[in-house]
Amino acid sequence: MSSEGVDLKKRRTLITATAGVGAVGAGFALVPFISYWQPSARAKALGAPEEADVSKLEPGALLRVKWRGKVCWIVHRTNQMLEDLKKHTDNLVDPNSEVPQQPEYCKNWHRSIKPKYWVAVGICTHLGCSPTFRPDVAPADLGPSWYGGFFCPCHGSKFDLAGRVFKGVPAPKNLVVPPHRYQSDTVIVIGEDQKGGAA
Amino acid sequence: MSRLIDWIDERYPLTKVWKEHLAEYYAPKNFNFWYFFGSLALLVLVNQIVTGIWLTMNYKPDANLAFASVEYIMRDVNWGWLIRYLHSTGASAFFIVIYLHMFRGLIYGSYRKPRELLWIIGVVIYLAMMATAFFGYLLPWGQMSYWGAQVIVNLFSAIPVIGDDLSVWIRGDYVISDTTLNRFFALHYLLPFVLAALVFVHIVALHKVGSNNPDGIEIKKGPKGNRWSDTAPADGIPFHPYYTVKDIVGVAGFLIVFLGVVFFLPEMGGFFLEHPNFEPANPLKTPPHIAPVWYFTPFYAMLRAVPSFAGTQVWGVLVMGASIVILFFLPWLDRSPVKSIRYKGMISKVAIALFVIDFLVLGYLGMKPATPGRTLVAQIGTVYYFLFFLAMPFYSKIDKTKPVPERVTQ
Repeated sequence: MSSEGVDLKKRRTLITATAGVGAVGAGFALVPFISYWQPSARAKALGAPEEADVSKLEPGALLRVKWRGKVCWIVHRTNQMLEDLKKHTDNLVDPNSEVPQQPEYCKNWHRSIKPKYWVAVGICTHLGCSPTFRPDVAPADLGPSWYGGFFCPCHGSKFDLAGRVFKGVPAPKNLVVPPHRYQSDTVIVIGEDQKGGAA
Repeated sequence: MSRLIDWIDERYPLTKVWKEHLAEYYAPKNFNFWYFFGSLALLVLVNQIVTGIWLTMNYKPDANLAFASVEYIMRDVNWGWLIRYLHSTGASAFFIVIYLHMFRGLIYGSYRKPRELLWIIGVVIYLAMMATAFFGYLLPWGQMSYWGAQVIVNLFSAIPVIGDDLSVWIRGDYVISDTTLNRFFALHYLLPFVLAALVFVHIVALHKVGSNNPDGIEIKKGPKGNRWSDTAPADGIPFHPYYTVKDIVGVAGFLIVFLGVVFFLPEMGGFFLEHPNFEPANPLKTPPHIAPVWYFTPFYAMLRAVPSFAGTQVWGVLVMGASIVILFFLPWLDRSPVKSIRYKGMISKVAIALFVIDFLVLGYLGMKPATPGRTLVAQIGTVYYFLFFLAMPFYSKIDKTKPVPERVTQ
């Protein structure tokens, strides 16, 4: 091909412009392929708020409910358990819940709306195992300063009964408290903020 | 017959390819048994693709059906147990063969100039293999499948800012679910073909630069002329029939061991098929101890060895990623004037021996629950793993080497 009389600069500009527009088009074409991997409408619908009736939950007991396919806990804490929460704050990584692992209205010493009922996502903040509920005080395997809490069997992380992580374990953060609200005195809706509206 | 070949040759370079890559591809004449593992890797890849496609004919990628469909293959499908054990044992065999293949490259300096790109393509193949194995391990939908995937996908959520969204995007759900199983199945079917394409590229690169050998001598730079050709390297022999026949011996030896495992030890005492995986996945119950399959455990040990600090556990994830990424830089880390371990000095030999021990120890630790003592050993092991690579520019340079002969030794 002869390049005589050809404006090479113009040709380069046109090639660059064409390639540029083509790349933008290819970028847009990628959107459906990438978005396809996001949770589908059905998965999101299954992630709709979950109601839990806690009227029959005994003091000191734990209720498991499924929300967005994850296990969620509701613990009915006794007054003794709540008292004990204040005893080991020195051993905790984040006793005042500074890291936003809970909605703003649960950023308090008991990490819940009402002190009595504590709601949490039962998934360890380390690598996603589900910790075991260990309400027993000072068991042989967890030592004399154990006032009840959660122990993760996978990598040995420990949390207290407000889901606050102890120092020196692999989990870096407190357990997640999901958005929730009280529909009535004993019905908790997980997945909706207090003022309504899905989270 | 020859007229047919001529007819094809005018339309497709059949004879040309045959000659260039087999009959007139001259490989160094001093290959030893370490050179079996390249062709064995190819054999295992073919085994995985064939048995894998056969398995899909009865497997159901559905959270409600997957576990039962695997048991159906094992119990009711004609020879289903064999196809499945060939596939599950093949996965472990693939990694054994590849680790030995990589070790061969390491000791004979097969990553050095001009084979840097050949090595890099190899590391990409290794990465693709790991991804394939990871996706495949979810498919039986047992407890270890489920929780192993849960732990590994959660590694991505440790990445700051985008982590959580990224892990949801990978899963397509807020937890490992039917959606995740479906797409992992699709990707597990796709990746072996990517792998096959990469292997093709690997061989193209190999035939461009020519094979290295246990002496690390470039036969192309040596004298010319052998029994078959005046222009071929004097120390080269045609790949076919000499090395095709040699590799068949390797295949026979490999199959004796491989099929011995398939028939008599398919679970390998929990190493190849982990015991919790005989229980269907249960999202509400974590097994007491989660460990990846053996071929991932050295990297898992490094992940766990790094403590979380500054409120994030991303450091462990970074260290694990770096332990693979560092392999890409190996060609430029080795500054020794010689390629092969045969002519390297004591420091390099000790360093490689310790590296092998280190890798095995890390692999053992990655299978076991963490205790403070084991974590400390894993931390030392992790430091040595990186030291081996990062200190290589220094120790490989100062190390005393032996003179390299002009021609390959017998």
